[in-house]
Amino acid sequence: MAMLDEPLYPIAILIDELKNEDIQLRLNSIRRLSTIARALGEERTRKELIPFLSENNDDDDEVLLAMAEELGVFIPYVGGVEYAHVLLPPLETLCTVEETCVRDKAVESLCRIGLQMKESEIVDWFVPLAKRLAAGEWFTARVSSCGLFHIAYPSSPDMLKAELRSIYGQLCQDDMPMVRRSAASNLGKFASTVEQSHLKADVMSMFEDLTHDDQDSVRLLAVEGCASLGKLLEPSECVSHILPVIINFSQDKSWRVRYMVANQLYELSEAVGPETTRSELVPAYVRLLRDNEAEVRIAAAGKVTKFSQILGPELAIQHILPCVKDLSSDSSQHVRSALASVIMGMAPVLRKDATIEQLLPIFLSLLKDEFPDVRLNIISKLDQVNQVIGIDLLSQSLLPAIVELAEDKHWRVRLAIIEYIPLLASQLGVRFFDDKLGALCMQWLEDKVFSIRDAAANNLKRLAEEFGPEWAMQHIVPQVLDNMNNPHYLYRMTFLHAISLLSPVMGADITFQKLLPVIINASKDRPPVAFVTIILCGFRVPNIKFNVAKVLQSFLPIVDSSVVEKTIRPCLVELTEDPDMDVRYFAGQALQSCDQLMISG
Amino acid sequence: MSGKGGGEGSAAMPSPLNPPHEWKFSQVFGERTAGEEVQEADIISAIEFDKSGDHLATGDRGGRVVLFERSDVKETMQYGSRRDLEKLDYTICRHPEFRYKTEFQSHEPEFDYLKSLEIEEKINKIRWCQTANGALFLLSTNDKTIKFWKVQEKKVKRLSEMNVDPPHTARNDRITSSTISSPKASLTNGGYSDRPHNLSNDFKFPPGGFPSLRLPMVACQGTSLASRCRRIYTHAHDYHINSISNNSDGETFISADDLRINLWNLEISSQSFNIVDVKPANMEDLTEVITSSEFHPSQCNTLAYSSSKGSIRLIDLRQSALCDNHSKLFEEHETPGSRSFFTEIIASISDIKFSKDGRHILSRDYMTLKLWDINMNSGPVASFQVHEYLRPKLCDLYENDSIFDKFECCLSGDGARVATGSYSNLFRVFGSFGSNEATTLEASKNPMRKQVATPAKPMRSLTRSIRRAAEIPRVDANGNSHNLSSKLLHLAWHPSENSIACAAANSLYMYYA
Repeated sequence: MAMLDEPLYPIAILIDELKNEDIQLRLNSIRRLSTIARALGEERTRKELIPFLSENNDDDDEVLLAMAEELGVFIPYVGGVEYAHVLLPPLETLCTVEETCVRDKAVESLCRIGLQMKESEIVDWFVPLAKRLAAGEWFTARVSSCGLFHIAYPSSPDMLKAELRSIYGQLCQDDMPMVRRSAASNLGKFASTVEQSHLKADVMSMFEDLTHDDQDSVRLLAVEGCASLGKLLEPSECVSHILPVIINFSQDKSWRVRYMVANQLYELSEAVGPETTRSELVPAYVRLLRDNEAEVRIAAAGKVTKFSQILGPELAIQHILPCVKDLSSDSSQHVRSALASVIMGMAPVLRKDATIEQLLPIFLSLLKDEFPDVRLNIISKLDQVNQVIGIDLLSQSLLPAIVELAEDKHWRVRLAIIEYIPLLASQLGVRFFDDKLGALCMQWLEDKVFSIRDAAANNLKRLAEEFGPEWAMQHIVPQVLDNMNNPHYLYRMTFLHAISLLSPVMGADITFQKLLPVIINASKDRPPVAFVTIILCGFRVPNIKFNVAKVLQSFLPIVDSSVVEKTIRPCLVELTEDPDMDVRYFAGQALQSCDQLMISG
Repeated sequence: MSGKGGGEGSAAMPSPLNPPHEWKFSQVFGERTAGEEVQEADIISAIEFDKSGDHLATGDRGGRVVLFERSDVKETMQYGSRRDLEKLDYTICRHPEFRYKTEFQSHEPEFDYLKSLEIEEKINKIRWCQTANGALFLLSTNDKTIKFWKVQEKKVKRLSEMNVDPPHTARNDRITSSTISSPKASLTNGGYSDRPHNLSNDFKFPPGGFPSLRLPMVACQGTSLASRCRRIYTHAHDYHINSISNNSDGETFISADDLRINLWNLEISSQSFNIVDVKPANMEDLTEVITSSEFHPSQCNTLAYSSSKGSIRLIDLRQSALCDNHSKLFEEHETPGSRSFFTEIIASISDIKFSKDGRHILSRDYMTLKLWDINMNSGPVASFQVHEYLRPKLCDLYENDSIFDKFECCLSGDGARVATGSYSNLFRVFGSFGSNEATTLEASKNPMRKQVATPAKPMRSLTRSIRRAAEIPRVDANGNSHNLSSKLLHLAWHPSENSIACAAANSLYMYYA
């Protein structure tokens, strides 16, 4: 048996468990690899631990993933940057496993280490590694290699640079689509390290290859590269090299490619500059807005505002607005929904006249849309609308939509609209709100769905904050207090909750005068006598009572200490003698807070 | 009906470049002895060669997947170059031979409690995926769940030199575990009785480390094959999955059930995209279901699916997200007057396969095998009668449900021949272009038995077509020789060699030419 000092025992176990049968223990050991390394010392970590890890790489993916991650921050444990290269071999093998997330993590760790290595070390160790992977037998190695070139390239001498460029070119034409995809998605990063002169010649030809790939998935990633590549090139070259590709892509046979263009077009327009955007990209964008495929229109519709901002009012009215009109009555609800979520942003671009004349009808039709998502998206951007068209016009068209949404049969829709009520309230003002929406807010408190009742209680609090305690005293508190007599205990719970939320907003006086008596009463939880059946079934509901205890606890910081002693404490004491265990528990908790308050106060 | 052996669409003479094949028995796995009962679970329900042809997988009704590997070329790869050269002549003329590699339980019987449905473990389809790092990958599916399997040689390791020895040294052949209680128990006074990883933060590490600690020694003791289920793609099909197919992009695949086709990413099992949905708003309007579906072998955006009405639709995934509109439709217009009660039933396509170059689609319906050119949708370029002698008996076949049997079909790697199964453990091979080659073989050790035994034509020098012409009526005349219970549904053609694997009940027969 090995002789070990007792304090070393845990580390010894940790080391042994690197090879345990139980994956959780192995995982645990790998996660503590730095501890093991420190216990072994730098030299033995380099000479023993790292080779050990390199050899034992046929573990489960979870373990390998953890290993790849740990090794990325392992430089301090092998003796600093000058020994960083010893970490490369285990990561190199991890770059070849077939599980994508492990490979990605290994590449990430390699890049992290590579960034810290000295130039000469990069040339001696990192570049050969990248080359080995790029020439790997299995596609997994080649896929990983693509992500390393942007680290390897800058430190290499010219000869090597030329070689690396040509290797990357080969990767862009690999037999395996997986490798070409990886080359396409890493091209932007690699290109950013390549000198201007080679950028035009070598990188652009790789880009060209990728844009002509017969696999849609490769072309898709090439589109993504357009924007980042475009930003590296001079604007004039961008126009001559990237622009035709974009225009071409925007008419690609594959809707997925067009979808990508629609998503990227704004970034691309930044790369080519506003002049070219106006002259060249607008037709392409208009085509995408009128695309056959709904998915493409959704992506394009989402960019309407951003694009209009670049174009300015005239061009936007001339080119974009007609498309927007069509989209507002699109057959796909998702397109309309995407449009509804951004369309309000167009108002400032178009200025007031054009907005009222052109945009408002669109906006109103979206507000009457048959799908709640579309209406909700409009309402969520209400503040932007209000600024442009004014409250009177807004309220006329808005209210029917809101009332309808408030009574929607899907509770998620009701929930969404409740969340916008405070925003609406702030825009509409007190008077208007009282007339139209006050009743709705109370109605939600008695919804069948808990989430709605909960949200409604919160809503009351936010309204009280918006309009102030006096308003709340008139419009909210009486109704809430009245309802504490509701025959159904679940509703009583909701009102109890509402009261607890309201009390901090209302302040000490109102809490003491109005809220507290009701709560104290609720602590007995006696339903109205008329409801004989309830009395027979269960006279007192413990859930109400322990919630009362919680509410009373929340009152403590708000009300006077005399009130605490005179009113709250006796009530809580009474509750601690309740037959129900939970009630006793929460009452006890509240009493403890009472005591603490007394001591500190 | 009886005289015609096949190749009716081809009027040309047999091509001199493609002389008819003489099929020979190569191997059998799981052969039954006379009178042995077939276990239901052992019946093979799927066969598939991988892309290289070095591996073969079968699935059975018991939810198992059995893998075979090619044994004739493997040896030359393993031994040195000298032997390689010596064997070169020899291996060229040899036919592919396979040996058992491994097997695993892919699916288990399940019960869907929501729908009160039993889900059989039967493997409906197997598809091979891209090999990586010497590991094999394949997809297998039953009616509802698709699984992604990895089969890899794992090193069997033996550990030694542990820091904390296991209590009994005699057990050091197994991987030791520190969870064994005794070493810890002996140290309880040391304060590390719990999971001993709670190193205090102020623990001091000397700069040189602790020399007494050592890493476990791992010695490799040979290898063993391990199969692991990597991903499970489930809850995406309301109806029974009839086919799965990999895309040429290497990252996606489709799964098709009666009414829908879904697109998956191999790496993402939590979501799939519905790309075809033929479910009518009202199920009473349902007239047609999807019977089979396959991706084009090289064009990532093209897939074909067949229907119970005998049509094949080609879909372009680029056109839209939900491809309810086909880009091409292949249908044979029925000849007027020939309609009967069975017309629609026997028109139902049970299987489609793309040729390796993607130019042609082979389809199998109950009575015929049809070859379509994807650039010509007016009609098939060739059609072959598989078992025309059954046509008068359709009524009986309907009565005993045989008419709903789903026969698979396959093409040779060069596309020059096509094959499909029939009853009585027979399968038929036809020359696809211009040759009127048509061979009937029996899945037994003597595939040509029927022909040889034909008393009227005993001499082998006679042309094959004449001999065949005589053979089917003979079978027909015997009456009982077409045995409906022994049907050969599943078969596969080696991707590069003239070798066919076919399943007769629980036995896997291999033939070469």
